Amino acid sequence: MSGTRALLEVQDLQIDIVSAKHRHNVVENVSFTIDHGETFGLVGESGCGKSITALAMIGLLRSPLVISSGSIRFRDRELRGLPERELRKLRGNRIAMIFQEPMTALNPVSPVGRQIAEMFVLHQGATWHEAERKAVEALASVQVPAPEQRVKSYPHEMSGGMRQRIMIAIALACKPDLLIADEPTTALDVTVQAEILKLMKELCSARGTAVLMISHDLGVIAKMCRNVGIMYAGHLVEQRPVEAIFRSPSHPYTNGLLNSLPRLGSRGIHGRKRLQEITGVVPSISAFPAGCRFQPRCERASALCATTQPDQADLGDEGYVRCFHHG
Amino acid sequence: MSGAFTMDNRAGPLLRVENLSVHFPVRTGLLGRSRRLVRALNNVDLTLEKGECLSVVGESGCGKSTLAFSIVGLQTPTSGSIHFEGRAITGKAQPSRIERARMAQIVFQDPYASLNPRQTVLTSLAAPLRLQGIVNNGEVEGRVMEMMRLVGLSPDKAKCFPHEFSGGQRQRIGIARALILSPKVVVLDEPVSALDVSIRAQIINLLLDLKERLELSYIMISHDLSVVEHMSNRVAVMYFGQVVEEGRWDRIFGNPAHPYTRRLIAAIPDPFAAFTTPSLIDEAGAQGPPHGFDYHPREFGTHDIYSDPPASQLVSIGDDHRVRLVPAAA
Repeated sequence: MSGTRALLEVQDLQIDIVSAKHRHNVVENVSFTIDHGETFGLVGESGCGKSITALAMIGLLRSPLVISSGSIRFRDRELRGLPERELRKLRGNRIAMIFQEPMTALNPVSPVGRQIAEMFVLHQGATWHEAERKAVEALASVQVPAPEQRVKSYPHEMSGGMRQRIMIAIALACKPDLLIADEPTTALDVTVQAEILKLMKELCSARGTAVLMISHDLGVIAKMCRNVGIMYAGHLVEQRPVEAIFRSPSHPYTNGLLNSLPRLGSRGIHGRKRLQEITGVVPSISAFPAGCRFQPRCERASALCATTQPDQADLGDEGYVRCFHHG
Repeated sequence: MSGAFTMDNRAGPLLRVENLSVHFPVRTGLLGRSRRLVRALNNVDLTLEKGECLSVVGESGCGKSTLAFSIVGLQTPTSGSIHFEGRAITGKAQPSRIERARMAQIVFQDPYASLNPRQTVLTSLAAPLRLQGIVNNGEVEGRVMEMMRLVGLSPDKAKCFPHEFSGGQRQRIGIARALILSPKVVVLDEPVSALDVSIRAQIINLLLDLKERLELSYIMISHDLSVVEHMSNRVAVMYFGQVVEEGRWDRIFGNPAHPYTRRLIAAIPDPFAAFTTPSLIDEAGAQGPPHGFDYHPREFGTHDIYSDPPASQLVSIGDDHRVRLVPAAA
């Protein structure tokens, strides 16, 4: 988009589920770019393909999921088709990832200090002795109290928020260029969520780490991101700067989603209003409509929508929408 | 829902929870030899008026689910009592489960986990009716069909299994099953948390419609404060097994007093606040406690669940607004 080369450029990504008999499309025509140090949000409901898109970025898709077409360029290098050996050098080192449930992502039988130290040994060739010293620093940087003692703790001895801090320490250990955060705070209480988001924001902006933030929670996205992509049934239906999404949502799905949320404070001012519903349900992967995938639930839908997929329409604010009847 | 039911003001609230405590013994230490008590609920007092939605909010582990289970009879209280229309439903004189099932029912968070996957909707919904002695097949089926229509499900899906429904439809089945015995109180345990964002509005609207139509009273357990604000008449904030603030919804959201309540409200990532309205509440800036009192003295997050909470009381600080205070240190 801008003159300088973006950190991550995803072009026309298509991911399918392939079996002997069937081929179902999961993600189609997904394009976005993330600049150095930028936080980009990917929002959508369960099954919309946002997590699969993230896994594709680091070459973690496994059969039956395959990337059928498109390109993923990271620092001007094509990741698609890169041999596993090369990908391994990138994963954890240049591109790191944190997941929703830290307990399943951490090794339950290894002290957390060792799990952090591993990063320095694997990617920076440090000795274990040196690495364990760095692990204490890493723990201190994610504001874990008494890091010298905590390095010896096991994951089950920690609270959910602490575990997610450990995950962040591991992910940011090698100062990656890109951090992929897949629902990093969904399993946490709101007050802990607020602390973790603040920590992520501070650490990433201090180190210039770009973030691909995946969430179903528009509140989290609004707090963290500069640009947002809204996904619906495998399509990126709208991509805008975050203020634009909330001020003037363009796609009927985005609009419906925002109107369906109870707004904090609005009842005090306007009284209780009935929430606007989006009728119907998300189509299943085996039965995506031929045209626009939101068309069966859309109130603006016309005959054209049922047969033809809308192209990107530029919106003038560096954003685009995929809808014939946007606005 | 018969016309015979008349409101008797002297009878007091529909549901009254008095001094309710639930303690769980746990084994700790080497080989589990020492026993300690986890104090899940400590002297909880709550009332639910007819037609109200009372929301109980708080973080995981604060005891809100234990409270919900106590009300529907899934958990026996250690001490204290629960009264339904003035009648004790805990302790020696407690009603049978069959009777109790007509008083209060519960809607669970995850409808898929709470429905039997091998039973059709019809079988699931008919079971409570049959247990209540309604055995005429025609009548049972008629009531099931009526209930399905009421919650927005097509009655010709009665012979389908839970897996054939979407998440939102499954929650409708969960609601139908809770309502089939026409209970007066419905406990909603995180009713929309497991649902997709675009489905939540449908279920929230349905719950509010049913409340009006069937004159239900809700106790809603939730951590989503924007949903709580939208649905509730009254709100109780729980913190480590105690109610720390309680009152009318607009008091709690408009003028939260307890530092924990303020912290909870300030922590909500509100997508609209960031760009349209400035955040209504910040963590600091609470009014000081009334003279001679102090807020909960313990640091957040370090409260020990094994020890007795400090002596404290709920003090009225305004019209229908109470906050838990401890005597100020001299």
